[in-house]
Amino acid sequence: MEIFWYIAIAIVLTAFFILDGYDFGAGIIHLFFAKKEKDKELITKSAGLFWDSNEVWLVAAGGMLFMAFPTFYASVFSGFYLPLIIVLWLIIFRAIGLEFRGQFKYQMWKDIWDKSFGISSLLLALFFGIALGNIIRGVNLGTAENGISAHEAHYFFLPLWDSSFSPLTTHPGVIDWFTIIIGLIAVVTLTIHGANWIILKTNSSINNKLKTVIFNLNIVLTLLTIFSIIVWQIVNPNALDNFINKPYLLIFPIIYLIGLIGLFFIKKIQKNSHAFLLSTLVITGGIWFSLASLFPVILPSINNVNQHLTIYNTAASEYGLSTALIWGVIGFILIFVYMIIQNRLTSGKIDNMDYGH
Amino acid sequence: MEDMLFYDRLQFAFTITFHYIFPQLTMGLSLMIVYFKWIYLRTKTEKYNNAAKFFMKIFAINFTMGVVTGIPMEFQFGTNWAKFSELTGGIIGQTLAMEGLFSFFLESSFLALFIFGEKLMGQKLHFLTGFLVFLGSWASGYFILATNAWMQHPVGYEILDNGKFVLENFSALFTNPWLLPAFLHNQMASIVTSAFVVASIGAFYILRNKHSEYGKLFLKTGVIFGLISSVLVAFPTGDWNAKNVVKYQPATFAAMEGIFETEDAGAEIVLIGQPNMVDKKLDNKIAVPNILSFLTYQEWDRQIAGMDQFKKEELPDNIPALYYSYHIMVGLGTIFISVMLLAIFFLWRKKLYTIKPLLWIIMFLVPFPYIANITGWYTAELGRQPYLVYGLLKTSEGVSPTVSSGNTLFTLLGFVALYMLLGLLFLILVGKTINEGPKPKSH
Ligand code: HDD
Ligand code: HEM
Ligand code: HEM
Repeated sequence: MEIFWYIAIAIVLTAFFILDGYDFGAGIIHLFFAKKEKDKELITKSAGLFWDSNEVWLVAAGGMLFMAFPTFYASVFSGFYLPLIIVLWLIIFRAIGLEFRGQFKYQMWKDIWDKSFGISSLLLALFFGIALGNIIRGVNLGTAENGISAHEAHYFFLPLWDSSFSPLTTHPGVIDWFTIIIGLIAVVTLTIHGANWIILKTNSSINNKLKTVIFNLNIVLTLLTIFSIIVWQIVNPNALDNFINKPYLLIFPIIYLIGLIGLFFIKKIQKNSHAFLLSTLVITGGIWFSLASLFPVILPSINNVNQHLTIYNTAASEYGLSTALIWGVIGFILIFVYMIIQNRLTSGKIDNMDYGH
Repeated sequence: MEDMLFYDRLQFAFTITFHYIFPQLTMGLSLMIVYFKWIYLRTKTEKYNNAAKFFMKIFAINFTMGVVTGIPMEFQFGTNWAKFSELTGGIIGQTLAMEGLFSFFLESSFLALFIFGEKLMGQKLHFLTGFLVFLGSWASGYFILATNAWMQHPVGYEILDNGKFVLENFSALFTNPWLLPAFLHNQMASIVTSAFVVASIGAFYILRNKHSEYGKLFLKTGVIFGLISSVLVAFPTGDWNAKNVVKYQPATFAAMEGIFETEDAGAEIVLIGQPNMVDKKLDNKIAVPNILSFLTYQEWDRQIAGMDQFKKEELPDNIPALYYSYHIMVGLGTIFISVMLLAIFFLWRKKLYTIKPLLWIIMFLVPFPYIANITGWYTAELGRQPYLVYGLLKTSEGVSPTVSSGNTLFTLLGFVALYMLLGLLFLILVGKTINEGPKPKSH
């Protein structure tokens, strides 16, 4: 039952990063590459029509985590207090940028909300990557000092950074050189994904240029990936043990690789939806690769006083989880139906759809 | 430790108060939009469709605000109330996760279609998407109230040795005797808000002699919805809630009614008076004998427990605020019914559109349903104190153990600044939409 909910939540989170990921990426592209007003408007629209229904996946993931693994939810949300609240603020800035830009015709008004949308998209992608970095690095659970735990064993609190910026100290902060690398990977991946989305959904004038951008970013992504795997070994020497013990988990890095390699052929790919699929594979593979390396741990403890948090020692009661299974399945079927309807009605390029209320 | 709790409570109170400004309009207005759209389908008069589309624009801005202020609410259970989340997540996690799965997806999937898809889908389907948005927003209110009802009157749980609450009976969460009255009352109150907003825009158009055809439509629809919902808010739903409070939270009831001493011959109802916590009495009191006993039990001389019957630790910690919140809500409710009765009377005599003073009153009444809704929630939440889960878990036991007060103060200030900006933008945009009016789009 724990495993079922773990997988369900991972799927919902992945869906969030794939769906909202493209509009984060669109924001980053918008910030750096969109120069003409027409393109800016199209790109905002390609994200603006969908961000709300995409963000629901985050809310759903939060709700399900609360229900299925309350101890984990409590520990992680209070432990990562500051970065989470900052993420909330960024989400607000992004949403109002998207929704309010079209409300007035003044250039200054538009410029402000364009920047708000672009910069918060960039920072959000970075923060989400950093979050993943923190999870795979682990934290000082119970903030143990000299072998004595200052709080209950499953609580902790991280400052934004520690002056050394190193993942190897006893009290690493949220931001250190390791988590920043993972953050950059997230930024590059989502930028590629967003560019694919723009090519797929709009006729913007920069579509051709974006293919070159994707190609170049993909080189950067490949280098970063190799580098991160190496430093991961330094941060956590046992990081890849799970893949040796359970070789079938290697499917996830393979998915990642297929996406990565495929994207090098971006200029040859005829169907834009195939390119979008490849960046989807990179995202999915990347997330599941990280999760699989930890399983069944969901938050490693870097001290040896307190235990890792696992899906077993943080779960709700068996009765609660199995009851939720019943409504959960019904809920997922409904969501699936809505998605089909929504996709049917909004398929094709969005250039000619109404927007701006 | 003390000010940590204080800032956590202040932050929660501030962010939920700000959040709740928006959903109350969402829930009520979605119903009225569906109503306009329905009349349009039946009569094929363009006017109704334009009205629906006009309120759709306001709805869309309002909805965005609801979403961006709602996401922080969900996160805050974990960030600021970690201990509470850990102990009760097995129970209220159920209702909150269901809210996400069943209502937010429904609402947000169909909202974009409703806003952008009229040409794409044809009128019948367009009506249907509007209806689904309405359904989603009401379902959302239902699940949130189920969560809150459990905190007010916990049911279907078991407490383990380590203090954790685990779910023992799922269906009990939805048959909670607290839930239905609270839900109906809350929904009626949100219709009050939307009806007053619609009527007020109507009065504004008539007074300014602008879009007056729509002005009349909005005013008429607004006061009709306004009267019906104002009455339903007070009776039976408000009364029904009051009976629940006496039954399940008698100490709260004594405090919110301002009964310091138990009276043997039946309790009086206090209309005006300021709680004096030092002398334990009401100053400047105006009260009518025996009415409260009658309203609560339909018996004139039935005894009602006063605050003297309870230990200090069982009483809410801020009695004056609770008392005022409750009296402001009930007082405003009475005023709403009176004004709406007057408006309906003149509507019936076909004079409503010409009586300037009444139009001015209706126009400026807009903030008050918001105030009534917020003070209503303050009554519920302050009344629940000093508990988070009534009778079982103290508020002080629910905060995050590792988040220091400096960090909470920092985020509280951030929220205040950001929400001020949001509020300002909201007012500018809604003002602009109202000013442009419901003219049909020209393309
Ligand atoms: C337009 C708003 C509005 C108006 C006019 C009223 N209420 Fe109300 N009331 C609410 C809006 C509200 C609310 C915000 O919706 C609450 C908060 C919790 C809830 O479920 O509904 C509420 C709660 C609430 C409670 C529960 C308090 C608790 O949980 O401790 C009672 C006893 C009443 N109301 C009683 C009344 C009575 C007798 C009214 C007579 C006129 C009245 N309300 C008018
Ligand atoms: C929209 C309506 C609501 C308003 C205006 C409101 C208002 C408040 C206020 C004023 C407080 C602070 C109480 C104090 O300082 O003593 C508070 C606390 C709290 N409320 Fe609500 N509330 C609302 C709805 C809810 C709902 C639906 C829930 C549950 C799902 C909830 C859960 C809480 C929690 C967890 C706290 C913190 C603990 C406390 O101080 O009591 N509230 N709320
Ligand atoms: C009486 C109290 C509340 C009611 C009736 C209510 C109702 C609603 C409704 C109808 C929406 C849809 C968006 C909107 O209409 O503006 C919404 C949004 C939201 N609410 Fe509340 N809410 C209440 C309090 C809370 C609380 C305490 C939480 C915390 C768990 C919360 C979490 C959310 C979230 C996360 C959203 C965004 C949903 C989305 O992405 O679509 N709400 N709320």
